[in-house]
Amino acid sequence: MRHLLSAADLDRDRALLILDTAAEMAALSDRSVKKLPTLRGRTVVNLFFEDSTRTRISFELAAKRLSADVINFAAKGSSVSKGESLKDTALTLEAMGADAVVIRHWDSGAPHRLAHANWIGGSVINAGDGTHEHPTQALLDAYTMRRHLRDGKGALEGVRVGIVGDILHSRVARSNVLLLQTLGAEVTLVAPPTLLPIGIETWPCEVSYDIDAVLPKVDAVMMLRVQQERMHAAYFPTAREYSSLYGLNGDRMRLLPDHAIVMHPGPMNRGMEISAEVADSDRAVMVEQVANGVSVRMAVLYLLLGGAKELSE
Amino acid sequence: MTTYVLRGVRPYGEAPVDIVITDGFITELAAPGTGQGEVIDAEGLIALPGFVDLHTHLREPGREDAETIESGSQAAALGGFTCVHAMANTDPVADTAGVVEQVWHIGREVGLVDVRPVGAVTVNLEGTHLAQIGAMANSAAGVTVFSDDGKCVHDALLMRRALEYVKAFGGVVAQHAQEPRLTENAQMNEGALSGKLGMVGWPAVAEEAIIARDVLLAEHVDSRLHACHVSTAGSVEVIRWAKSRGVNVTAEVTPHHLILTEDLVESYNPVYKVNPPLRRKEDVMALREALADGTIDALATDHAPHPHEHKDCEWGAAAMGMLGLQTAFSVVMETMVEPGLLDWRGVADRMSVQPARIGGVATQGQPIEVGSSANIVVVDPQARWTVVADELASKSSNTPFAERTFPGTVVHTFYAGRPTVLDGVLA
Repeated sequence: MRHLLSAADLDRDRALLILDTAAEMAALSDRSVKKLPTLRGRTVVNLFFEDSTRTRISFELAAKRLSADVINFAAKGSSVSKGESLKDTALTLEAMGADAVVIRHWDSGAPHRLAHANWIGGSVINAGDGTHEHPTQALLDAYTMRRHLRDGKGALEGVRVGIVGDILHSRVARSNVLLLQTLGAEVTLVAPPTLLPIGIETWPCEVSYDIDAVLPKVDAVMMLRVQQERMHAAYFPTAREYSSLYGLNGDRMRLLPDHAIVMHPGPMNRGMEISAEVADSDRAVMVEQVANGVSVRMAVLYLLLGGAKELSE
Repeated sequence: MTTYVLRGVRPYGEAPVDIVITDGFITELAAPGTGQGEVIDAEGLIALPGFVDLHTHLREPGREDAETIESGSQAAALGGFTCVHAMANTDPVADTAGVVEQVWHIGREVGLVDVRPVGAVTVNLEGTHLAQIGAMANSAAGVTVFSDDGKCVHDALLMRRALEYVKAFGGVVAQHAQEPRLTENAQMNEGALSGKLGMVGWPAVAEEAIIARDVLLAEHVDSRLHACHVSTAGSVEVIRWAKSRGVNVTAEVTPHHLILTEDLVESYNPVYKVNPPLRRKEDVMALREALADGTIDALATDHAPHPHEHKDCEWGAAAMGMLGLQTAFSVVMETMVEPGLLDWRGVADRMSVQPARIGGVATQGQPIEVGSSANIVVVDPQARWTVVADELASKSSNTPFAERTFPGTVVHTFYAGRPTVLDGVLA
C-alpha cells in the first residue's frame, strides 16, 4: 500500500494494524523524549489548499515525532494563489524529493488525481478532499471509540455509532461509514433529508431523521459541524430550528446510555450542533480525539514510509 | 471541373454502383465499372449522404489554442462530415451579424465543410436580452439555428419570446436544457455514485424540467424547439410525449451519451467531465432506443475541444467537454448499427437527413441519386481502428476514447463535389 486516499483502501487487517501501531505510538508520547528516529532523512510535505490549522499541525507533529523533515506548503500566499496548477505544484514537490505528500484540497478526488496522474512518485495521504473523504479522521475516531468502548483492543464489532449533521457535505461521515463498517460497527446517520445525499440507501448504514429516537441506542454519537455557508442555502429554515431539531444539548445527552461518548471532529459551533454543556461534559472526548489524531497519523506515516513492507504484505 | 467516379460503392449498403460526380452534383449512377472520370476505388464500401453536425464547438474566434475553424473542419471532414453548425459560445460570442459572418467566411475559405454559424439567443449568452436574431438571420451567414449552448435560456419569458421571434425567420431555438439553480457547481450525474464520490450532483430532473417547460412553450406559441444533447431516459419520455401531442420539437443525442456511463468518473480523470454529464446505463439504453425509433431525430457530436492544461488537472478545475467529430461514426457503428438498432438508411437519416432538415441546410442531407448535391461519405464497416488522441486532427486531444478500438472507418469524404478526404487522409 503506497497511498491512503480513502477509508475504503483499508481492509480489516490493515485498519487494525494502523490502530495497533497508533497505540504503540501513543505510548511514546508519555515518555520525556517523544521522538523516534524512524523517518530520519525522509521528507513529508503538508500541501494544504484549504485552511485547516488543526489537521496540518497534527500531521506536522506526527511527522516530526518520527524525525522526518517537514515542509508546510499552504495555498494562501504561495504560487498557488498566483494561479499555479496542482500539477505544477506537484512537480515542484517531486523535484524537491518529497517522500510523502499530505494533501488537503477543496476538490473531491484531488488526492486521487495527485496519486494516479504520474505527477509524483511519493506516497499521497488524503487529509480531506472536498466533500469526499478524510480517512485519518475516521481512523482517529475509530481509535478513540476502541479505547473507550473496547478497552483499546480488536475491532468494533457491535459498537453502535450515531453520526449527526451535515452528511451531504461531510468527508468525515463518508470515511467513518466506510471504516466503521469494515471494523464491524453499526452506524446510523441522522440528518434532515436536505443534508443527506441522493442514494444514501445504498450506503452500509441506517438513516434516521429523528435524533431523539437514535440517541438511546448508541454507544457513541458524533456531531458534525454545520458550515456557516449552509445556513443560507435552504438546507434548513434557520440555524435555531436546526439546533433545536438536530443539536445535541444537555437534555438530549441524557438520552444516551451511561457509557456512551460524545465526539466531534472540530472545530465546534457551540450553541449550534452542540451545546456548551455537552461540549464541556465528561462524556465529550474531543480533546482526546485531537491527541489520538497525532498517534494515528504517526502510525499511517510510519507504515506508508518506514514500515512499508508490513502494510503492503 | 474534374469528374469523379466512386467505383463499385454501395449506396446505403445496397447494390453496388459507380457514383459519377460532376460540378458538385451527382450526375450519374452507373453500372459498376462503367462510370467515366477520375476513378476512386470504393469497391464494397458504403456510401451515405455526408454527415451533418448540429452541434460543434470550433472555438474560433477566441480560443484558437484549442481549435480553429480550419482544424475543426479537418476533424469534421475526417469524421465524414460535410457540414457543421458552429456553436455561438466563442469569444466574442456569436451574437451579432459581424461575428457570424466572420465565422461563415473563414469556413468558406477553409472549404472542407459547410460551416454554418449558430447565433446566440441572448446578448453575450447572458440570458437577459435577445441577441440580434434578425440581423444574424438576414446576414450572409443566413443563420437559422439559435442557441445559448453552454448556458440554458432559463428565464421562461425570454425563452417564450425567443421561440416567438425566430418564427419570422424560419428559425429554431436549440436549448441547452439545464435548470441553473438545480445544477450550481454540478460536477457529475446525481445519484448514488455522486454521493459516494462526494461530488455535487447534476440531477436528471434539471434537464427534464426545462425540456418539459420548453415543449409546452413551443406548443403555446406554435414555434420550433430543438433539444440539445438529450442525456436522460426521462427527457426521452418527455419528448416522446410532446411529439405525440404534435409539438414541433426535435432532439439530438451525442455519441458519448450513447456509449459512456457515469462510473468512469470514479477514475477522477477529467477527460470524462462533460456537460450534460455521463449518465446511468439505463439512460444510455433509453437514448439508443430513442435514436432508433426517431424520438431523438439526430446524432450531434457536441465536439468540444479544450487545451491540454484544462484537462491535465484535478476534476473540479477541469473544463467540461469532449472531442467527437472523428469518433462519431464509429460510436454509431458500435452502439446502433452492430446491435441492429439502425440500418444504413437509418444512419443516413440520423446523421445527415434530419440534422440538415433541423438546421435548414438545403444542400445537405440529400439522397444519393442523380441531381443531388455531391456531399457524400464513404465508410468501411468491416475495418477497425484504434483511437490515438494525438493523431486526431483537432488542435486538442481531449477524447474519452484514447486507445479504444472501434468498428467502422471513414474512407472518403466528398464535399460539394470535391474530395476532402481520400483513403482516410485529408485530400
